[in-house]
Amino acid sequence: MTSITQRLTLTLLVFGGLAVAAILLGPLIGSTPISLARVFDRSIPFADNPDAQIFFIARLPRTLAGALVGAMLASAGVIFQGLLRNPLATPFTLGVSAGAALGAMLAITFGWSLSWLGIPAAPVASFAGSLMAVGIVYLLATARHRGMSTNVLLLAGVTMNAFFSALILFVQYFADFAETFRILRWLMGDLDVSSYQPLVTALPLAIFSFATFAWLARPLNLMSLGPDAAESRGLNVLGAQRAAFLSASLATGAAVSVGGPVGFVGIIVPHLVRLLVGADHRVVLPASALFGAAFLIGCDAVARTVMSPLELPVGVITALIGGPFFLWLLVRRT
Amino acid sequence: MLQAADLTFGYGETPVVRGVSLEVPANGFVGILGPNGSGKTTLLRLLAGTRKPQQGIVRLGGTPLLSLTRAEIARRMAVVPQETQLAFEYSVLEVVLMGRYPHLGAFEVEGPGDVEIARAALTSTGTLDLEARMFSTLSGGEKQRVIIAAALAQISASAQSAEQPAILLLDEPTAALDLKYQLETASLLRTLHVAHALSVVVSTHDLNFAAALCETLVMLKDGRVIAAGPVDDVLTPGRIRELYDVEAEVARHARTGHLTVVPVSATSAHRRP
Repeated sequence: MTSITQRLTLTLLVFGGLAVAAILLGPLIGSTPISLARVFDRSIPFADNPDAQIFFIARLPRTLAGALVGAMLASAGVIFQGLLRNPLATPFTLGVSAGAALGAMLAITFGWSLSWLGIPAAPVASFAGSLMAVGIVYLLATARHRGMSTNVLLLAGVTMNAFFSALILFVQYFADFAETFRILRWLMGDLDVSSYQPLVTALPLAIFSFATFAWLARPLNLMSLGPDAAESRGLNVLGAQRAAFLSASLATGAAVSVGGPVGFVGIIVPHLVRLLVGADHRVVLPASALFGAAFLIGCDAVARTVMSPLELPVGVITALIGGPFFLWLLVRRT
Repeated sequence: MLQAADLTFGYGETPVVRGVSLEVPANGFVGILGPNGSGKTTLLRLLAGTRKPQQGIVRLGGTPLLSLTRAEIARRMAVVPQETQLAFEYSVLEVVLMGRYPHLGAFEVEGPGDVEIARAALTSTGTLDLEARMFSTLSGGEKQRVIIAAALAQISASAQSAEQPAILLLDEPTAALDLKYQLETASLLRTLHVAHALSVVVSTHDLNFAAALCETLVMLKDGRVIAAGPVDDVLTPGRIRELYDVEAEVARHARTGHLTVVPVSATSAHRRP
């Protein structure tokens, strides 16, 4: 059996290579073919170089958004599965996506604007909505128990999802057709990003979350044994649970504010990764983040080209792959 | 080694453990006996420090548990729960290496020394040949031994740090095992107790298991200690009647030399004074 350091190095090389390849190839794929040589041809001024414009303005931000959203959703999925000790949990199990959707939808329907701050309102509102949802879930889960009850977390999350969905339908009743269309597109999960600004906004949250995830890897291994066993092995379980809940919620909220609630990335990727590298979170977490980035860029490339010149929302592709995959997981486990 | 004084704890309004005091001497072997629901598991959690007593105090080597960090406690005291279900598929060696957690820094990985300690622990529980297997594929008895190995790896001192007396707490170690594994677990615990100079606390409702293994017994009923002391003093028909409402004969077995309890009949309600 190879040591953990060797396994980690190999994983970073393989999955890191995959992610880098996806980021380099992603912007080249699309309905208009572009040439990489012309993109980087310094002799043509940028204003006269459509290839470079498509590459840097239209496709690279979108590819990087795919990488960031994919990495955050996939690793947040790992964290939630470890926290809830349930391999079928997703980043959206605890109500993050429904809260985010409600926030985004309120912003779209009532035309909220933060233009005086130079940022669009929908991502901010969706981030606020996701934090509100997980905040309520957290308060419910810690209200009556010493520590955090993962059962209450799950039930409260499922209930919040249902309740927020009802509120979404209610608000949608007041939206006109154009707004309804925008809302629907948002709910599908779409990486329709055409500037670097959303990425720059989400980056600090991503860095904070990934740093916390790195620390959480070993505590999550112990928590697989159950909270009491983990505590008796020297882990401060409540502290680790809080850190896991907070960091994974922030990552999910940030990812959703960039790309909408792109489904199934947070469950497909961790499971494929575990099949390949085993269960140790110290390997699973970085591998999932890197593979999640590559996976979402790949899905988005398919979404942009499969019905060209029509561009499908990437959430449609991940759901078409993810639905059957989820069922396969269920059957395999029983 | 481990002292508990006047422990009281309840999950809701009613206390489950009421004013329990007990002492585990260095290199002692203590059995906690009692019927289901008598508070054995909760008492073990209080001793392990995974629950904080509402009253009373637990001391490990003279120091109150509450003034030690979780890692400091874990390096000297390990717990083997009744059953272990893993949420994900880990190999046996990975499970045992998790025992090294309190010996490593936040971002430190296990070194060759830790793997050596884990393999030694697997060897002393007779499970080294299982190290590459997935934990979930093991039988109940094998899982039990691997978890005991993880506990041993947890309380084994690293090469550079001084050996400290360690203690092992086991919750109903034989409840889910068939007869052969029960006997194997008993002989394993006896060997570890002697070879590693381990103090052992074991909760059980199996009187013969306790009689064969333990040096002292604590009888727990409705969260209270009704008797405590050397096995020969505590394991009497009168005490057994009080503890379980069962008429039993107690005799020394000719071949094993241990006290042996033969339950005869349940005490009927109308015969009670």
